[in-house]
Amino acid sequence: MGRYVSDFRGERHRFADLRAVLAKASPRRSGDELAGLAAESDAQRIAARAVLADLPLTRFLEEPLVPYERDEVTRLIQDMQDMAAFAPVRHLTVGGLRDWLLSDEATTEALAALAPGLTPEMAAAACKLMRNQDLIAVARRCRVVTAFRSTIGLPGRLATRLQPNHPADDLRGIAAATLDGLLLGAGDAVIGVNPATDSLSNGLALLEMLDGLRARHAIPTQTCVLTHVTNAIRLVERGAPVDLVFQSIAGTEAANAGFGVSLAVLREAQEAALALKRGTAGDNVMYFETGQGAALSADAHHGIDQQTVEARSYAVARAFRPLLVNTVVGFIGPEYLYDGKQIIRAGLEDHFCAKLLGVPMGVDVCYTNHAEADQDDMDTLMTLLAVAGCNFIITVPGADDIMLNYQSTSFHDALYLRSTLGLRAAPEFEAWLEAMGLMDGAGRLHTLAEAPMRRLLAGGVADAA
Amino acid sequence: MPPERDTPAADPWAPLRRMTPARIGLGRRGDAPPLEAVLDFQLAHARARDAVHAALDVATLVTALEGRPHVVVRSQAPERGTYLRRPDLGRRLDPGCLRDLPHGAWDAAFVLADGLSATAVQRHALPLLQATLARLPGWRIAPVVIATQARVALGDEIGAALGARLCAMLIGERPGLSVADSLGVYLTHAPQPGRRDSERNCISNIHQSGGLSYEAAADKLAWLMAEALRLKLTGIGLKDDQQAALPGT
Repeated sequence: MGRYVSDFRGERHRFADLRAVLAKASPRRSGDELAGLAAESDAQRIAARAVLADLPLTRFLEEPLVPYERDEVTRLIQDMQDMAAFAPVRHLTVGGLRDWLLSDEATTEALAALAPGLTPEMAAAACKLMRNQDLIAVARRCRVVTAFRSTIGLPGRLATRLQPNHPADDLRGIAAATLDGLLLGAGDAVIGVNPATDSLSNGLALLEMLDGLRARHAIPTQTCVLTHVTNAIRLVERGAPVDLVFQSIAGTEAANAGFGVSLAVLREAQEAALALKRGTAGDNVMYFETGQGAALSADAHHGIDQQTVEARSYAVARAFRPLLVNTVVGFIGPEYLYDGKQIIRAGLEDHFCAKLLGVPMGVDVCYTNHAEADQDDMDTLMTLLAVAGCNFIITVPGADDIMLNYQSTSFHDALYLRSTLGLRAAPEFEAWLEAMGLMDGAGRLHTLAEAPMRRLLAGGVADAA
Repeated sequence: MPPERDTPAADPWAPLRRMTPARIGLGRRGDAPPLEAVLDFQLAHARARDAVHAALDVATLVTALEGRPHVVVRSQAPERGTYLRRPDLGRRLDPGCLRDLPHGAWDAAFVLADGLSATAVQRHALPLLQATLARLPGWRIAPVVIATQARVALGDEIGAALGARLCAMLIGERPGLSVADSLGVYLTHAPQPGRRDSERNCISNIHQSGGLSYEAAADKLAWLMAEALRLKLTGIGLKDDQQAALPGT
């Protein structure tokens, strides 16, 4: 090619193609090393950033990372790009985009107008030229608001998914963990269970229990059983109370095929859920999870670095107007993100790129026991994300997911973030907490000694039993 | 304030705690959980990490084999850090170990592999092996292979080198906070490099803290092994009719 050569500070560096420039410009991480794509030295990494900085944004239109003919995600990205929205930055280089994003011109309104004009590759490229504080500063100015029964993503708000998993899908155990979360003010983004057994009958039982609990206490939130999208379609057909349709997605057609999904089946599921008209505050009915390493683990990354291919999954997400999207950043394992430093960086990257592209991003701030990370790293990442305006985080009793065997953040952690940073729950949910007598007018939760808490708890036990 | 509030019977969480092992009803000090709950969590995480990083004590394992023929091999991952970063190296045999694996007309090979919890293998592999062998009279069993820095697929290369019809990999599972010493078994018919996970049968959750017992796991494994030889396959084509024997957790 010879197109990607740099004489940077007296050293000559050559890069095979655009994918190589992107991969070698990425901060160091184990997944790119595993794939054989990472920079060979720290100096080469910086030289790649210098090359990337000088590339015109239009290069990404001329040189798709995966050919249009071979990949429906590439087709989606190109066909959906809004060229009028792109026009204001069309003349810029990647470095120029970075500068513009950090400038006073990049207001909340300007960023929202730009979102449909950017491709994931442009967002990922700019991301590689930005420090953690840049990713926080720009993401904080992006606003992506969605609604179903509650409204997520408003300024000054931080929502939580209440994740009450149980290793045997025991309905009473799940109800008990749900009550624990509600009493600690969690669940305004969704009450969402990962089933241990992925069967239709089990999914139906879980959905009916969760919907019953929600309806009985008139909780302004949505419930979800995170089963495969094809199961969700069948559950809708059976008349199950499906609020949100969940699916794990990735940034290439082949990786999505590894998850057993295509754009067509996602569209079918979205239409099925929309037809139920169960939302009261809005009609965003989809919930997606993503995560760096998913494409490589399916051997479907097409030689693209893991941060860039992750960003491509946000193009898939935004095509379906989801209520919620979250990266499962530390879940996929140390062979992709080795330690707390890599997990923290990746969490900020994923949140930034998604928000820049107009995706309502939340984060499962998490790690597994074979990663070099602990709860102190999660404290750091969740605090940074809350400053960056993250839409929601995952919360689990005591941060310990006893079914998926990993550690996330806790209901207590969300209370810390809300009180320390002056953040509040979704407005509908906040009003419910007050009406139930669970929270005072100053946004402080009552303790268990107080009567309303004990009533809900006693009622909840009776419900669950 | 009723006086019984301070007695355990009045704890409103007591009935809910019986429904789930999740960390519910922890209470609060400010927004944070009480220190006791924080230390409980930290101890569980420390035990899980110790299990991940513990080295397999091969000498003790060999002594416990009481003279049964055995071979010790290692993967191409030289130490734990590389093992965790490079799962591909943990799936490949150190070439120097190949000559130690005696080729023969074996019905089955057993591999005891550290995986992500050497603690699990140290504690549970031999009792499970003995219980399983007792259920396989007349089988031609290859020398027991002890493998370090090993991933599941390392068994493919080991089984192929031995010429075994079946390879049963007894391997430490990724530790969770509740159990750090859970053992898994992966059974592969006609083991050879390149086998997919869908071509294996798995028995997981073998441990002494409410998991599958040695006897129950051995029943299941011996049944799967006999069926695998009869049908000449493992994986999704070998239906696990004994599924009901699994405990509820």
